[in-house]
Amino acid sequence: MAQIVAPVAPHRPSLRRRLRESWGPWFYIAPAGVIMLFISFLPQLFQVWLSFTNFRAQNLRFNVFDPTTWDQFGPEFIGLQNYERIIQNDLNIPDYNFGRTLAFNLVWTFTNVFLHVAIGVGLAMLLNQKRVLFRRFYRAMFVIPWALPAYISALTWRNMFDRDFGAINQLLGMDIDWLNQVAAPFGGLLEWLPLAFYAVLLANTWLGWPFMMVVASGALLSIPSDLYEAADIDGANAWQRFRTVTVPMIRPAMVPAIMLGSIWTFNQFNVIYFISEGDPGGRTEILVTQAFKLVFENRVYGVASAFAIIVFFILLIITLAQNRLTRATESYDA
Amino acid sequence: MRERRWTRKEVVRQIGVQAILLLVLAIVVFPVIWIMSLALDPRNISKPLELTLIPPGASFDAFRKVLFEPFRLLCTNPGDVGSCMTFSKLLWNSVLVALGTALFAVGLGASAAYAFSRFKFIGRQAGMLGFVVLLMMPATGVLAPLFVLMSQLKFAGESLRTTLLGLAIAYAAGALPFAVWNLKGYFDTVPKDLEEAALVDGATPYQAFLRVILPLSAPALAVTVLISFMAGWTEFILAWVFLEDPDRFTLAMALRSMQGQFTTPWSEFAAMSIVMSLPILVLFFSLQRYMISGLTAGSVKG
Repeated sequence: MAQIVAPVAPHRPSLRRRLRESWGPWFYIAPAGVIMLFISFLPQLFQVWLSFTNFRAQNLRFNVFDPTTWDQFGPEFIGLQNYERIIQNDLNIPDYNFGRTLAFNLVWTFTNVFLHVAIGVGLAMLLNQKRVLFRRFYRAMFVIPWALPAYISALTWRNMFDRDFGAINQLLGMDIDWLNQVAAPFGGLLEWLPLAFYAVLLANTWLGWPFMMVVASGALLSIPSDLYEAADIDGANAWQRFRTVTVPMIRPAMVPAIMLGSIWTFNQFNVIYFISEGDPGGRTEILVTQAFKLVFENRVYGVASAFAIIVFFILLIITLAQNRLTRATESYDA
Repeated sequence: MRERRWTRKEVVRQIGVQAILLLVLAIVVFPVIWIMSLALDPRNISKPLELTLIPPGASFDAFRKVLFEPFRLLCTNPGDVGSCMTFSKLLWNSVLVALGTALFAVGLGASAAYAFSRFKFIGRQAGMLGFVVLLMMPATGVLAPLFVLMSQLKFAGESLRTTLLGLAIAYAAGALPFAVWNLKGYFDTVPKDLEEAALVDGATPYQAFLRVILPLSAPALAVTVLISFMAGWTEFILAWVFLEDPDRFTLAMALRSMQGQFTTPWSEFAAMSIVMSLPILVLFFSLQRYMISGLTAGSVKG
């Protein structure tokens, strides 16, 4: 049964029609949207307001919904002062240094994701070879670090790095202060990274590579073997095969995984907070752990809100840049 | 069909491959074995001094304590042992919260993801980007305002903040951006023809979504359930700040309370870690065949 379809020049439907047709989809989004509105969006708005005030612990009895508390407990409006003080490190909080924390956060994310991808893809390729004994066994065992709750792994690693009673010093037969040693292990350009950085990097690499391996394995399995055969006929060596066949073929799967992994790592609260706790001297602090401390240790709510908003914009810039690169929010066009 | 015989070169290569794999295996299981050996140690040593695979006089005493004895740090009335939390009560609370989180996240997430995947409408790009941006928001950032807001919302006579339902909703809000993102990617790979066929047969778009898209998206749904369940199962920061009544405390909170500032009952801590990890491991391995396709299919559209 053939239908006769007149060739139609692509044109935009009228605004009225588009408005009318937009109701249905929003109906599907509404339940999630309402929850996000109340739990994520409204608190964010409140936070924007907080960030322009000097809200501290003594203002805690202030209640937005109860006007009788406004005069007595309401905080003072101080404009952009919080933002200025955060960026100029003028907070009266020991070990606080915005620039260093941001730089550390970026180095932390980059080194981690690089190691996760390199090890993950490497082992996925190793396991994807033609004959590997016990392949299924290894595949199952290697996802253990991913399957374990990150919070428990972090606490376990923290205890393993314990100077006196931890497994790592006992295994090496050494007495190394992994988490608190002030002197950096490498000089020169790396001097600002304390030993604790390498400890948390090790722990988080242990945690993070299996995810990349699983994604890479899936992508590798979908590569048709005739592509490799064709490359062989053309006389490609192993490195050329990797560069011209493997990389382009696993790229579509790896790019979103790397994006997701970058975000997870950038905000990897558990590992930093439980293992290094930002020590020594705040040199392994990342932005989320610093934000958490501003709320729960320093109790400077106004400053903490401004800090969270700065973090939000940093992440927004990263997201928009990544989104441009990968077009991840495009809709499906059949 | 018999397998081809191994050539000499293949044998050498295989030995090399196995050596690398065994090394990786050792690194992967080392923390797990360490924590098991601690859990089996009968002395409940506060300071483990040496590495032993199976400690002298290994016993399951620490497991028995964790499973059957009351948690003396978590009591409604500190003087009365009867009012302390027990493992089964903590477990029940954890299951309620984690399951609630997973159901909210997957149910609401699938509905929103369907709209983003299938319709063109005003605000789609902005809405999708809004969800993605919230994926990047550190949850700890909005803790203070969320605390104030949820204290004001009342449910059945008490503030939503102190209830497990409130906790599950808050966690779901954290898990939703990932759910929407992941499910949308997967829905994109389900061919449109299938729904169109259902629509031609007289189904409404809603029925097409329920009967056609959802069953075909089982892998992505499974992954989303697993990840949001895990989030609800292990989160404790929000729980510490929000919940007041020890009767509503969760396993994650109990584990955190064991990690003392100066002393940690290592054997019990280790036993509790293992007990808490087991359900997640079981879930993970039973859903594993879905994992790869559930996480990546959405992105392999070329």
